[in-house]
Amino acid sequence: MTAKSSAAIGAHNAKVMNRFELTKRLVAQLKRDEAVIGGIGNANFDLWAAGQRPQNFYMLGSMGLAIPIALGVAIAQPQRHVIALEGDGSLLMQLGCLATVAERAPKNLTIVVWDNGIYQITGSQPTASAAAADLVAIARGAGIANSAWAADEADFDRLASSALKGEGPSLIAARIDNKPAVATTDRDPVQIRERFMRGLGVRSGIRNQ
Amino acid sequence: MTESRTRATSWHEIVLATLKDNDVRLAVYVPDRVFTPLIEALHADPFFTTFAATREEEALGIISGAWMGGLRGAVLMQTSGFGTIPNALASLVVPCQIPALIFVSERGTLGEFNLGQALVYKTMRPVLNSLAVENITITRQDELAFTIDRSIKQAVATQAPVTFILSPLLTGGKVFEG
Repeated sequence: MTAKSSAAIGAHNAKVMNRFELTKRLVAQLKRDEAVIGGIGNANFDLWAAGQRPQNFYMLGSMGLAIPIALGVAIAQPQRHVIALEGDGSLLMQLGCLATVAERAPKNLTIVVWDNGIYQITGSQPTASAAAADLVAIARGAGIANSAWAADEADFDRLASSALKGEGPSLIAARIDNKPAVATTDRDPVQIRERFMRGLGVRSGIRNQ
Repeated sequence: MTESRTRATSWHEIVLATLKDNDVRLAVYVPDRVFTPLIEALHADPFFTTFAATREEEALGIISGAWMGGLRGAVLMQTSGFGTIPNALASLVVPCQIPALIFVSERGTLGEFNLGQALVYKTMRPVLNSLAVENITITRQDELAFTIDRSIKQAVATQAPVTFILSPLLTGGKVFEG
């Protein structure tokens, strides 16, 4: 951990880390069946690769909706912590959701943003966050005061641990490299959705007819 | 049928009572003038968690997450807002078989004064039909409670979304005021 307060760290000071490495570190901290929504593309591919928990939902389309989906789960199950994993391109597509999250202020919601400055899965075109936009500053401006860049891996662990204590909403942004995801999610939306609902205790056994 | 639904006398009171009867507790909307009395009544009733999303597809994402977490939700929008949601329908709600309850305040017809609304209106049913999303246009108040009640039950039982298009014939619509 750095000596500097993470709240004071700007994007330019944050270490460039690896998404799969950080995803594993995050999942390792999940001890209470926390729900995780993996955004479209590499965010959910690396979540899949980090271990297929039944409390994981893998988005196969609907770019930008990881945070809204997570907000819905958080409203439905206020006793369960919910985490959205979203890429910089996806977040830029749906910035308004940050204001909605801030207005609802669910204590049990954490947003993790993987910022590699590129639309990695479509040909690595640069995102606006590569040049100018500071996603943490945007989140703070939207009203999520508890938003911070992770300075390095240890700082990411500390921020995640703090967020999971449930004084959210909070947002953790990490600068990441351009390495591709290490696996690809099985693309079966009904199975993904049904397993997730069972993982959240909404379904049990054979459905009532 | 509950007492509240029996007592309801206006279209928005019937919609609210029918949602309540079916344990739909979450209402996420992008505002609409015609839906304003319904939205205000939802806000005023602590049975419902009611709030605005910044965009219609965001609202669909929220109620999809809520459904998976065990909470039934509805989205409210106007016709022009429908134009923002085909991707969320085609890549989230339909393939994941989520019984999203979508209420659309119908504009673009029966006296529309805004060409933009009139054109989005023309895309709405073709998009819903191409995705095989049930869409029901409601014009008569005497059919409103039955239609919504049965269709919510069908949506949940068959794990499929449903769109309720509330016609100006039911709501009065929005008229040109000069």
